[in-house]
Amino acid sequence: MTDLAIELSGVGKTYPFFSLDNIDLKVPEGQIMGLIGPNGAGKSTTIRILMGLVHQDRGEVRVLGHHMPAEQVAAKWDIGFASEDMRLYESMTLGWHMSFIQSIYSSWDAAYAQLLLKRFGLRAEQKIKGLSHGQRVKATLLLVFARRPKLLILDEPTTGLDPVARHEILRELTNVMADEGRSILFSSHNTQDVEQISDQITFIDRGRIIDSMDKETYLDRWRRVRLEVPFGIDLPALPGIIGIRRDGRLAVATANEFVPGLANAYESAGARIQCIESMTLEEIFVANVEHSREEVEA
Amino acid sequence: MNGAFAISQSDKRPMYLQIMEQIKQRIAVGDWSEGQSIPSIRQLAVDLQVSVITVKRAYLELEREGIIVTQQGKGSHVASTSGLGARLREQELEQHLVQATRIAAMLGLRPRELEHRLREAGDRVAEKETI
Repeated sequence: MTDLAIELSGVGKTYPFFSLDNIDLKVPEGQIMGLIGPNGAGKSTTIRILMGLVHQDRGEVRVLGHHMPAEQVAAKWDIGFASEDMRLYESMTLGWHMSFIQSIYSSWDAAYAQLLLKRFGLRAEQKIKGLSHGQRVKATLLLVFARRPKLLILDEPTTGLDPVARHEILRELTNVMADEGRSILFSSHNTQDVEQISDQITFIDRGRIIDSMDKETYLDRWRRVRLEVPFGIDLPALPGIIGIRRDGRLAVATANEFVPGLANAYESAGARIQCIESMTLEEIFVANVEHSREEVEA
Repeated sequence: MNGAFAISQSDKRPMYLQIMEQIKQRIAVGDWSEGQSIPSIRQLAVDLQVSVITVKRAYLELEREGIIVTQQGKGSHVASTSGLGARLREQELEQHLVQATRIAAMLGLRPRELEHRLREAGDRVAEKETI
């Protein structure tokens, strides 16, 4: 069995206007997990629970084998965490922050830090208060990456970055994967980033997990089937199809559990298959959220 | 180096298919020869900046097609089948022919007419090459 970098079972947290329910999540060591979901879905709350910053009301949380939040002090030596609301000292330079982190973490890799400075286009002598949003994000990530932690937990690491900076971050994240012992969990609204670099995908909406599985299996289950349907023919309701839109002779069916038999079933009902398309994670994201909300409301 | 690999986001095909395609091209043109060892799954994932699982899937499918061989702990290499590059080109031709036949059928062309069109296309290619 592979070791798990992260394991959540039956985790819940109740707030007056929001609750996280029954969160089960596993991140195998050496893999990248992408956490996606709409605003307010519970991604950040889940991440804060992982870091011991928010204490769950129920369920068990293990990060690198440590029980959270009880053993968070021990766990944090090996976790690199970055989120939007992390604050650096405004009047200090980036270089000051680098020496500060270096004095705490023996794993600090000074040569790698210098390389990242160059790649991210940052300067050590710059004061934090003079940095743009994108530069702050990159500075925060540099301070985390250069520690070479076993586990990276990143809340929206690419939000608000220009395409070049985003690319640099993605490159560093995939570089981490050259080492099989390291793992990453990151949340993002950018489905393209998640689709590109994640081994595992977890989909959260309204405080619960809708899907959590390896990316290839996940993408493979979704298909768009374009059909030509003669007048007078009704398309049968088939399992694995979550929606059909029809306009005149043309119809588009969306499958979330596609098997070739679905196409055969439409053909024997009298429809002609024009094509079967795979879907991007972005398209799946939208279809999935709409579908799960219809189900909740029904 | 795997610098010439390019995963396109505007290409509608899944990333693993694009990776398979590009590995096949390398073999077809002879850059990757029979029996030659190729990057490990993890290494290619890092180089292409895509997930390990995507490259793993591409390698699995290529192995199923008999194009590469992966040995546990020893990495992967191009299959030692002789004439593999030619076979891949052959496959590509076959796919184009099937596609052309389908479109011809949609246009209502008879096989004889398609044959004629193919000969004409051949003449045009030959003309271009002599210029």
